[in-house]
Amino acid sequence: MRAATRSHAGRAAPKLPRLRAPLVFGALLALFAGLLGRSFYLQRFDNAFLQEQGSSRYSRELDVPAHRGRIVDRFGEPLAVSTPVKAVWAWPDKVNATPEQLRALAAALEMPSALLTQKLAQDSDFVYLKKPVAPEVADRAAALNIKGVHDENEYWRYYPGGEVMSHIVGFTGDRDVGQEGMELAQQLWLGGKPGSRRVIINRRGEIVEDVASIRAPQEGRDLALSIDSRLQYLAFREIKAAVEANKAKAGAMVMLDPRTGEILALANWPSYNPNNRSRAARDKMRNRALIDTFEPGSTLKPFTIAAALDSGKFAPGTIVDTSPGRFSIGRATIHDAHREGVLTVEQVIQKSSNVGAAKIALSLPAETMWRVLSDAGFGTPPMTGFPGEVSGRLRPAKSWRPIEQATMAYGHGISVNLVQLARAYTVFANDGELKPVSLLKVDAPVAGRPVLKPQTARAVRHMLEMAVLPGGTAPKAQVSGYRVAGKTGTAHKLDGHVYANNKYISSFVGFAPASNPRLVIAVMLDEPGGDQYYGGAIAAPVFSSVMGAALRMLGVPPDAPVTNVILPADSPEIREET
Amino acid sequence: MMVRINLLLLAALVACALSLVTSRHQARKLFVDLEREQSQSRAYEVEYGQLQIEQSTWAMPGRVEKIAREQLHMQLPAPGRIEIIDAAAR
Repeated sequence: MRAATRSHAGRAAPKLPRLRAPLVFGALLALFAGLLGRSFYLQRFDNAFLQEQGSSRYSRELDVPAHRGRIVDRFGEPLAVSTPVKAVWAWPDKVNATPEQLRALAAALEMPSALLTQKLAQDSDFVYLKKPVAPEVADRAAALNIKGVHDENEYWRYYPGGEVMSHIVGFTGDRDVGQEGMELAQQLWLGGKPGSRRVIINRRGEIVEDVASIRAPQEGRDLALSIDSRLQYLAFREIKAAVEANKAKAGAMVMLDPRTGEILALANWPSYNPNNRSRAARDKMRNRALIDTFEPGSTLKPFTIAAALDSGKFAPGTIVDTSPGRFSIGRATIHDAHREGVLTVEQVIQKSSNVGAAKIALSLPAETMWRVLSDAGFGTPPMTGFPGEVSGRLRPAKSWRPIEQATMAYGHGISVNLVQLARAYTVFANDGELKPVSLLKVDAPVAGRPVLKPQTARAVRHMLEMAVLPGGTAPKAQVSGYRVAGKTGTAHKLDGHVYANNKYISSFVGFAPASNPRLVIAVMLDEPGGDQYYGGAIAAPVFSSVMGAALRMLGVPPDAPVTNVILPADSPEIREET
Repeated sequence: MMVRINLLLLAALVACALSLVTSRHQARKLFVDLEREQSQSRAYEVEYGQLQIEQSTWAMPGRVEKIAREQLHMQLPAPGRIEIIDAAAR
């Protein structure tokens, strides 16, 4: 300015209008103020919106998937595994495709063209075209770029064990959430929680920086069951064969380790395949061994005898007169299926005499009997954590009438489930201790609860051994090479409130080797429809074949010569009813 | 004197700024690699899961037994021909 003034010094400065300079200055000032105001506004009031707009151009919130934990057996063999798949879906009314495109889509999805057209013709907003599909297949479908056809990520759960394991493992429903069995019971343990994180991406869509983890994903944890796959398969195969051979309505088998209380196998027939359960009837999904109860019949007699021995009033050799095979209490009469006359307490078990058991029971206070049954776990749920497990019914001793106490002695008027029954027998296998049962693998030794005096448990064990020898009710339960102990049951089934004449539940519960029990097996057949229905005739052979194979599989040293099995040649085995 | 120091500091500043840019770039490149490896590892995990399913499907006791019986003509030995050796006793 100064230079300019100097160069023009010679001439007189042109005369400017007087107000021009302040006006221009003022206008510039106003513009400047406007600019300031605008920037203040943007910074102050519009900030959040602009920040968001800005970050949306370079940062993304990504979901971090978390998969559901596996279910494995006690040796780590997978029983349920989740794997990511895709589901291809469409908005039928928005689909706009040429017939060629639809044909290509059907080919890509490996499904018939007609089925695809039919699905798209449905009158609904949303339809799954196919699920699950392998991710590669879904990518091929997406490459066709058909409007209105989309896919989404999902997990699909596979059950390699199929129908053999289905009752224990259960299955998951929508969104990989447990719906039945252990899948439901252990949902919190197995289920993963997807997380999310904020990242910065570059022009090519690659992630270049992790900004923040919004929610850390929580992976599902693996669950180890107590089941041994090989024993489970063995149990399943045999119970299925037995149900079919005896034309029974259903059957169940439980195998447990008396030392730890772990359930090694739990098989039911009928069964279903959890991988393809669309047509499976609800009824087939019932885990009968845990959620159904039945009146056990004679398999309960050993507990009556144990209560009698424990009270000190009876010894194994005490004489009980069961003649003439009938016994009347008030208006009711108890029958034996066979007349025996004078028996020892031992023989009451061996021959399975109802009259003997009833007479013994009636000479005991109701409280004593109730305590043994209750301590052995009847009337309380087995606490496996399995959804829907039942406690069965054991009424309080105060309400027992004499006839009820008598019938309860041979297992009527009380209801149990098969797992309870198997667990109760661990008392005899463990010198009087009851172990808690578990469907999960047990690593540390578990403390048992004393129920009976050790000598009582050993005495009953001896009686149970006699019951499977010739002269007992179940010689067919014998196993070559091992000493076996067990008890049969053949109970009339309750039909409403009356006992059905020709409907039975046949059962056998036992353990082996008797010298050092390693396995307890309980077998139950519901309504056998063949010629035979006695527990000793149809349930005992199942026990024998499973027990023999299982002990050899586990490498348990034999405690008897292999020629130990003696079957009565021509006389039919002793029958029993209840 | 002051000018010289200032120039020196300027040069140092420019060098630092450039090295920041390159290290930042390096970090991002490495991060991209890391992400790629991680997604690869996830893919392997998925494949491992699928292979496990496949393996246990092939190894189902039912299938093994069927093949052993029907194709290999194997059979269970009679109980009398089985000798069980106590591993703990040896």
